[in-house]
Amino acid sequence: MATFKEFRNKVKPNWCPGCGDFTVLASMQRAFANLGKEPEEVAIVSGIGCSGRIAGYVNSYGFHGVHGRSLPIAQGLKLANRDLTVVASGGDGDGFAIGMGHTVHAIRRNVDITYIVMDNQIYGLTKGQTSPRSEMGFKTKSTPNGSIEAAISPMEMALTVGAGFVAQTVSSDLKGMTAVIEAGIKHKGFSLINVYSPCVTYNKINTYDWFKQNLTSLDDIEGYDPSNRGKAMQTLMEHNGLVTGIIYQNSERPSYEELIKGYKEEALVKQDLNLTEDQFDRLISEFA
Amino acid sequence: MINQLSWKVGGQQGEGIDSAGETLATVLNRQGYFLFGYRHFSSRIKGGHSNTKIRISTEPTSSISDDLDILVAFDQETIDLNSYELIDGGVILADAKFNPTVPEGIKAHLIAVPFTKIAEEVGMAQMKNMVAVGASVALLGISVESFREVLTDRFAKKGQQVIDKNMDAITRGIEYVKNEATNLSIKDFSLAPSDGKKRLYMIGNDAIAFGAVAGGARLMAAYPITPSSEIMEYLIRRLPEFGGTVVQTEDEIAAITMAIGANYGGVRALTASAGPGLSLMTEAIGLAGMTETPVVIIDTQRGGPSTGLPTKQEQSDILAMLYSTHGEIPKIVIAPSSVEECFYDTIEAFNLAEEYQCPVIIVTDLALSLGKQTVEPLDYSKIEIRRGKLVTDEEELPELENSELFPRYGFSEDGVSRRVLPGKKHGLHHVTGVEHNESGRPFEGAVNRKKMMDKRLSKLTNLSFPNPIHADTRHEDADILIVGINSTYGTIQEAMGRLEADGLKVNHAHIRQLMPFPTEQLKEQMEKAKKVIVVENNATGQLTSLIKMNVGMAEKLVHVGKYDGNPFLPMEIYKECKELLVHGNV
Repeated sequence: MATFKEFRNKVKPNWCPGCGDFTVLASMQRAFANLGKEPEEVAIVSGIGCSGRIAGYVNSYGFHGVHGRSLPIAQGLKLANRDLTVVASGGDGDGFAIGMGHTVHAIRRNVDITYIVMDNQIYGLTKGQTSPRSEMGFKTKSTPNGSIEAAISPMEMALTVGAGFVAQTVSSDLKGMTAVIEAGIKHKGFSLINVYSPCVTYNKINTYDWFKQNLTSLDDIEGYDPSNRGKAMQTLMEHNGLVTGIIYQNSERPSYEELIKGYKEEALVKQDLNLTEDQFDRLISEFA
Repeated sequence: MINQLSWKVGGQQGEGIDSAGETLATVLNRQGYFLFGYRHFSSRIKGGHSNTKIRISTEPTSSISDDLDILVAFDQETIDLNSYELIDGGVILADAKFNPTVPEGIKAHLIAVPFTKIAEEVGMAQMKNMVAVGASVALLGISVESFREVLTDRFAKKGQQVIDKNMDAITRGIEYVKNEATNLSIKDFSLAPSDGKKRLYMIGNDAIAFGAVAGGARLMAAYPITPSSEIMEYLIRRLPEFGGTVVQTEDEIAAITMAIGANYGGVRALTASAGPGLSLMTEAIGLAGMTETPVVIIDTQRGGPSTGLPTKQEQSDILAMLYSTHGEIPKIVIAPSSVEECFYDTIEAFNLAEEYQCPVIIVTDLALSLGKQTVEPLDYSKIEIRRGKLVTDEEELPELENSELFPRYGFSEDGVSRRVLPGKKHGLHHVTGVEHNESGRPFEGAVNRKKMMDKRLSKLTNLSFPNPIHADTRHEDADILIVGINSTYGTIQEAMGRLEADGLKVNHAHIRQLMPFPTEQLKEQMEKAKKVIVVENNATGQLTSLIKMNVGMAEKLVHVGKYDGNPFLPMEIYKECKELLVHGNV
């Protein structure tokens, strides 16, 4: 069984010192090891931006695609080879701006992959512009007078479009994040994990300290039941989305793969590509 | 008795026009006649004039005809819009219900048949299309019994009563016209006997979809769009039998990227769309090129730009398919010119995509994708699956030392590297759209950059695709060479026959491989002709420009374009060529 160190490679991340993404990387590596995965059984598909580089920092298979499209690539990969553990990842711009359409539909579709969004509420790699997660009034290079657009609430959004697994964590909590990622991977179906991953260079508001003061752990809410969707929504609204832990999980909903007619247990990629002559003749008879 | 005729049925969309054409054509095809069809329809569900024109012949035919022998009309609009095509002495079979009239100057016989009334008597007004089929059958002189088998195949699930009623409707239509026609002196439209051989009857999209299954594709990701949706619909029905599936995605960007993801995972996957969808896919096509991921994309061209003419013929995506992606990637673009080629080329596209590890675009046009035609039996023994330098499941890879990665992008003589699929032990590597080194890690060094670009772009140097052009070049010193692409093959052939009959020396080259462009092969043919006429369904002469750019000989090139939404007729090509030869210029 591989240890978390075996999921490390020799590449030095090009993230700024103190970047929240380091914790995401470490948590992923720990989660894979804790789940007994081998490096070749895991594939990370990522988007573009600082966070997108994560696919290259894990010793596993990795596909660093185009901006906003990690989810369709990851779903295609999973459908091709259901034996793989497929994790899509990217930033809040990737998932909630350019790729928002895919996020909503991936949730609806419910292919058994895990999506980790490294949410720093700003565009970092392009050097500090507003993001769909930036709060109203947030001043950036692109919003010198403060953002005049409402911030997206990804967790509430996920609940409304039928997500089966919704969780949120923060980069100051390696242990908690590792546990949530493990649970997300184990969940049968699509799992969305939003990570508050502070940008230490461009976001001077939503800092580690700020999260420390503003986040509420669901563990601290007595009797919180993640299977209760209504309560989950209410809790998110009461806390302006600023909670950590597994917000909602529906273990009953079948995954997309389970519902595909004729889809086999054996991975699609392992199946024979050739038609027999009988199959060919049967198919052709339709056109006679 | 006659050897060939053209038949058209028209009315409001939703009136059973397609079904009438389909029923008659299937019967004729099973009897061994050669058919070639074209559907004229609108971008709406119900209403709007729609028609299906079918050429019926005892000889192979691959073009619609200039004129029309029999017009079946469910409304006056059909007569008003289409009767100009009728030959002198042609016949209009129209529903008596709307008191049909023949426009002034049209020398055709009108037979008003109570389609609706007979259908109501038989039991269902919708069956008026079968009465109309019967009316046509009376003129064509084929037996009513030949319909039983086709109707049984179609309505087996609906029960014997439905089959009988449809048979009854056809029979009543035949009887009515037989009685009426004896009172009119009508030209003999009865068909000469066919060779009786078994052939297929299918549209280009059927052949592409079937070709995809035969070529090992097991996943399709697509967004519905005219005129490509039939490919998706076929695969939705058929892929589950082979463990595969179709995902209807949220948009075309998801469609192509999902197909890329599946191909990265090792499954042959495709997407299909038309111009608007292809425009959305262009960034991802670049990703496939950069990451050397195989993917097959079908572009069924329709009228552009923007939403353009969604249900009409055009060939105006040619340059976009070649050049729309930013940056420079290896890409293969092929253009089948018949339904048969749609089948074999699709299989080959999957092979080429894996062998050259790059995107392959199959370009068709609406007339080819939707035009239903007789196809010689497809050959199982010609199906071949080649996966290039893919590391097989059985092969064990040596342990990677020093936590190095597998050289997925290793330099090699032919530019193609060994490809290993995720899941493989000791095969770990990285994949990125960022410039990268041999193991796929981002790397922007200038020396590596140039080497990697050269590696990727050299991959297609030795591409071998069967028949990159079809050359019917019988003359060493031709007056003209006609060049075309996709569905115009048969139309050009027919025009060519007429020009030859006039004593002109005409050659024909049909381009099947657009990228890499078959420069040498075409040049050889162009040298044999005084003039080169490029026939293409667009306004700006995209194929003409491409030839000019690759082959040169600009002084010989003449662009003949048509962009009114309709396919070329043989007569139009004939006239343009005559004009050119008489006046020396067009």
